[in-house]
Amino acid sequence: MSTKRFSVIGKGLPKIDSWSKVTGATQYADDLFLPRMAYGKLLRSPHPHALITRLDTSRAKALPGVFAVITGHDLPRLKFGIMPVSQDEEALCVEKVRMVGDAVAAVAAVDEETAERATLLIDVEYELLPPLMSIEDSLAHPEARIHEYGDGPNVHKAVSLQFGDVEEAFRQADLVREDVFFFEGNTHLPMEEHAAVAHFGPDGKLTLWSSTQTPHYVHRLLGKILDLPQAHIRVIATPVGGGFGGKLDAFAHEIAACRLSQLAGRPVKIALTREEVFYTHRGRHPVLMWMKTGFKKDGAITGMHFRSWLDGGAYGSYGVASTFYTGALQTVTYKIPVYKFEGVRVFTNKPPCGPKRGHGTPQPRFAVECHLDKAAEQLGLDPVEMRRRHLTEPFTKTANHLTVTTTGLAECIDRVVEASGWHEKRGKLPRGKGIGIACSAYMTGAGLAIYWNDMPHSGVVVRADRSGGVSVLCGATDIGQGSDSILAYVVAEVLGIEPKDIRVHPADTDLTPVDLGSYSSRVTLMAGNAAIQAAQRLRARIFEAVAKKLEVTPGDLEARDRRVFVKDDAERGVAFAEAVVLAESMHGVLAVPGSYAPPKRAGKYKGGGVGPSPCYSFSACVVEVDVDEETGQVRPTEVWVAHDVGRALNPLLVEGQVEGSIYMGLGEVLMEEQVFRKGVHKIPSMLEYKSPTALETPEIHTILVETDDPEGPFGAKEAGQGPLLPVIPAVANAVYDAVGVRVDETPISPDKVVRGLELKRQGKPARVGPEKLPLFTFPAPRAIDSAFGLPADAIAERPFAS
Amino acid sequence: MKAQMTLTVNGEERDVFAAVHKTLLEVLREDLGLTGTKHGCELGECGACTVLVDGEPVLSCLALPVECQGREITTVEGLAQGERLHPLQQAFAELGAAQCGYCTPGMLLSARALLEATPMPTRDEVRQALAGNLCRCTGYTKILDAVELAALRLHRAGQIERSQARAGDSPGARAMVTGRA
Repeated sequence: MSTKRFSVIGKGLPKIDSWSKVTGATQYADDLFLPRMAYGKLLRSPHPHALITRLDTSRAKALPGVFAVITGHDLPRLKFGIMPVSQDEEALCVEKVRMVGDAVAAVAAVDEETAERATLLIDVEYELLPPLMSIEDSLAHPEARIHEYGDGPNVHKAVSLQFGDVEEAFRQADLVREDVFFFEGNTHLPMEEHAAVAHFGPDGKLTLWSSTQTPHYVHRLLGKILDLPQAHIRVIATPVGGGFGGKLDAFAHEIAACRLSQLAGRPVKIALTREEVFYTHRGRHPVLMWMKTGFKKDGAITGMHFRSWLDGGAYGSYGVASTFYTGALQTVTYKIPVYKFEGVRVFTNKPPCGPKRGHGTPQPRFAVECHLDKAAEQLGLDPVEMRRRHLTEPFTKTANHLTVTTTGLAECIDRVVEASGWHEKRGKLPRGKGIGIACSAYMTGAGLAIYWNDMPHSGVVVRADRSGGVSVLCGATDIGQGSDSILAYVVAEVLGIEPKDIRVHPADTDLTPVDLGSYSSRVTLMAGNAAIQAAQRLRARIFEAVAKKLEVTPGDLEARDRRVFVKDDAERGVAFAEAVVLAESMHGVLAVPGSYAPPKRAGKYKGGGVGPSPCYSFSACVVEVDVDEETGQVRPTEVWVAHDVGRALNPLLVEGQVEGSIYMGLGEVLMEEQVFRKGVHKIPSMLEYKSPTALETPEIHTILVETDDPEGPFGAKEAGQGPLLPVIPAVANAVYDAVGVRVDETPISPDKVVRGLELKRQGKPARVGPEKLPLFTFPAPRAIDSAFGLPADAIAERPFAS
Repeated sequence: MKAQMTLTVNGEERDVFAAVHKTLLEVLREDLGLTGTKHGCELGECGACTVLVDGEPVLSCLALPVECQGREITTVEGLAQGERLHPLQQAFAELGAAQCGYCTPGMLLSARALLEATPMPTRDEVRQALAGNLCRCTGYTKILDAVELAALRLHRAGQIERSQARAGDSPGARAMVTGRA
């Protein structure tokens, strides 16, 4: 796509914070050292499920160097949670612990060592309860309830939605297939361990610096949890050293640091250890899945029925949304005219699961894409052709009322097929080598906020001063994806200046308009659109003033190369700084807001709020693998991903997101697992929790496809999460191509491959995966008309658009 | 128990009075204010705290400062010379090799040790040298690209220097080695 008409957009520029990152100058939360600062530590439960019968902090309080010790009794007695419907957490547990790692007390002391010693002097006695460590355990023991709320004993959420008659759709099919899959839980493993510094000032106001992806939600929750006016709380998100969804809740250490600071009368820092990060979790849900699909001979889908069982862990977190997400996006890639989804999330005594890159959708995507490959084989179709023929149409609705705007999936498939040499390789590689394909779609920002409100999802103020300098103030949080840079590029493009002329001030609830946070791949689209609106409004004021001076109309003007000039007579113009002086002289202070909220397109049914998005990104992935038939080791040798990003505002950053997604997907499919033994994490260290190193990450080929989506800023869609999705099933499909073994669960570890090969030698079906499903009766489905194939609403109502 | 120590960090002699069991990582960050070196695990597993001691990569979370006395310690803050960035830093910034940036300081120092020992490494040699530095953002691709670019630039700069020494800095010789002749 041509970038001729742009001066900044589309260029592979360095990020604006690159220079501070390569010199070690970036200050992450743990790099803050305030005068008189104390150090905090949490005491955590060693038991997965227990009542607290005694909690005595007197010995800890007596230790020299200790400034404050708190328990849940020192906080308002109420529960909180990120989702309004799941208020089930306590920063410090009072009566009961529900997992190893639940915090029960916190200490602030002169240094970390003293704080740790003090935690060991806190006397806690527990009465042990039976630990419920699996979905089956929790459903089988309704008497040992982990929480008193939910859709049944130990059932957090159960949903059932039906869009058309699936049974009828199966009757019309030439082939009906059922499959069962399991996706193991895994965790974000950000390089930066969570850290927070709280300072309760003598003016009675609180400031919290934290490595959080969502300062706004933390701000809201702190008001509730600490029973303070939100107006007296300021939350600043420090640059985040990796998030991937793991820093999206309000956490015990943040809350404890605030209260400790209040009591100690000094700033308090709490930095988690790596082991604590593993227990803090909120990562990928382990999900068991069953699916049944009807196919016509040409591979067309007549209908799909999908069931998922989520092992939620000890708390709600984002789990209600996660549950819906395991059923939401199946319909976006291929034509599925009739669709039924049933899902249940069960509480267990393990660290709570939540959103991790792709939130709730990599698991079903793994299932769907492996299932399609199996069906293609049965139908005698090429897996590429079968997919390619039945893609969703642009500007139509899906069965479950999601609106697809542009789609570049056909081009994505063609590009990876060509680049990888698919047709020369599929089924033709030597034994032990294989190639697999998969496709996916992902949201560009959730259509609805976590809490119901009519306000903007993203706000930006662009301020210009008479020096010619421009500042951008926005609540968005840069977690490494480059959101600060995107704001600078967008504003620079509109104002005709250089990114270097712009200072971005992000993520400070006192100074910046709200942005909901770095999740659901929403920031480029939402903050980007708000920034464009703000910058265009500022430019209009500047043009008005310059037009008056040059005796032309504002419509005659253009801003480019740090000048404002007459389009047809480029010599006639003024420097940008002078233009700002003219505008400030005419209009007064130049600080202009922009707001963005997504179009209101949610399906009118309960649960219809999860899945809608202004637009969807699409990805196709081909993976080539080497499988060692002796050891079962799977080695991906090359990966190709083509990603429909709408428009690459900075191709360098988009490639970085795609490459990182591929890497993370390879880790999930081949080695990563968050697993427990007797309530304790089996491998809470970076050595034993296997993740790919530079040696295990293969050569990666990224292809960017542009569709110029009308919803996106300059046409852009997301890039941070979608490209992870197809990698996982593409590996599974490649393993099958290589050795004829179907591993229907992640991770595809060597032992499972070896087991599959052994079954094959014995002449049995060479499949390794879940054998049975839990006993659970889903609620009667809500019957909703399928919206499949309906045209997208011509005009969707978008608040704040003008 | 605390002890008085003298450490040479980034070419400066620094006196430290710190508990003897504090790690080099803690002393660098807390006593010397050099927060560019990062905590990632405190167990020697992730490489985020990598510094150079006499040019060799060392995990500062496992090193004791007392053992580093009289040795040359280099942290990320010591890579640039004044305002001139090290070619590795320049390449990392230009190619987007730092996303969240948290692994970057350790990665840069491991890469620098590699280029000192092996000025023109193969891609596999780069992978090998950086295998102890975990990165969760980049998929390593742009990091490998950046190390290769820096190696190439250092190599060219070395060629120019050598040719300048031979040719007495003749502009013609410079043009020839830079391909601008």
